[in-house]
Amino acid sequence: MIEINDLSFSYGRNVVLQGITLNMLPGRIYGLLGENGVGKTTLLTLMCGLKTPQAGTVRVDGADPYRREPDTLADQFYLADEVAASGSKAMDWANTNGVFWPHYSEDNFKALMEEFNVQLDQKMKTMSAGQLKKTHIAFALATGARHIFMDEPTNGLDIPGKTQFRSAIMRFTPEDSTIVISTHQVRDLENLIDPIIILDRQDVLLNASIEDICSKLYFDYGNELHPDALFTEQIPGGFIQVYPNSTGAESKVNIEVLFNAVAQNKSYIKTLFEQK
Amino acid sequence: MEFDSNRPIYLQIADGICEQILQGKFKPGERIPSVREWAANIGVNPNTVARSYETLSDRGIIFNTRGIGFSVASDALDAILEEERRKFTEEELPAILRKAELLGLNLKELF
Repeated sequence: MIEINDLSFSYGRNVVLQGITLNMLPGRIYGLLGENGVGKTTLLTLMCGLKTPQAGTVRVDGADPYRREPDTLADQFYLADEVAASGSKAMDWANTNGVFWPHYSEDNFKALMEEFNVQLDQKMKTMSAGQLKKTHIAFALATGARHIFMDEPTNGLDIPGKTQFRSAIMRFTPEDSTIVISTHQVRDLENLIDPIIILDRQDVLLNASIEDICSKLYFDYGNELHPDALFTEQIPGGFIQVYPNSTGAESKVNIEVLFNAVAQNKSYIKTLFEQK
Repeated sequence: MEFDSNRPIYLQIADGICEQILQGKFKPGERIPSVREWAANIGVNPNTVARSYETLSDRGIIFNTRGIGFSVASDALDAILEEERRKFTEEELPAILRKAELLGLNLKELF
């Protein structure tokens, strides 16, 4: 379990995160959403101990990740948005780095690379951006780490790559993993991420499961505008709108529409989701 | 897997499983894939698939055996058919009748 308590972080005078409190449970795939510059990447790097908060605490299974204890590091992986191209062949690179993760599996790496259709003997410097990303994703999933933080993992992936990613993330990680994916590509991951965390400047606007969101908000595709609509978007053939769920009917959560509704009704949404 | 725009995904997945039972792909008494396997197959969050399995269990279509997993109930076909018939007579047929009336169609002429 990851516990973030009253965390603050700034870059010089630029306060990015302030008073953030969040818990993340095992066995979940969290989607971390937020506009550019709200601190998604900063939060990920704080959770894996690459930075330390100026106030508040981060605990991963009770340990402070910034202490970088071997047990903590062996069980976590951070996949950055932009990944480095090593001069080695993919297989050699993976096996060299794999020694730091006691649960690393060469077989899983090979299987993932085959699924992603990337050659094991290809030098990483000669790879395209997408192939390089796939190689790093394959490695991330082959480490067997239970805390996986991914920053925009589907950026640069081709269409089959995105499908393979959605499937592989469940087949190659332990069931009790906590996976946190920061993304703007919500359509790529719409059915994969649950719960949804929406980060705002210095604040958490939402941390809720799809089930919870569905019980509180109704996503409606139709021709008639609802008077209480929190957000409306015109689509071919009508509107998609979201309004408070007063009847208990269930709809399919549309994450883009959710995001816009939350961004335009911040305090209303916060109060709505604080009610238990 | 492509989903309809306005029905919760967990229900659409449950519908899909019922469909496969009706088609005989999963037979009464037979095991069905685990939640995680199914989730991986369709690229959907395992919690969503767990909810699909939960509603199917509540409806008596599948059942869970500790340590073994989920299997198709012996009377699953009847349970699904009964539910589908109820849905047809209570929801789908009235909608068709309303539409026929709106279009000024005489149902007797149609059949």
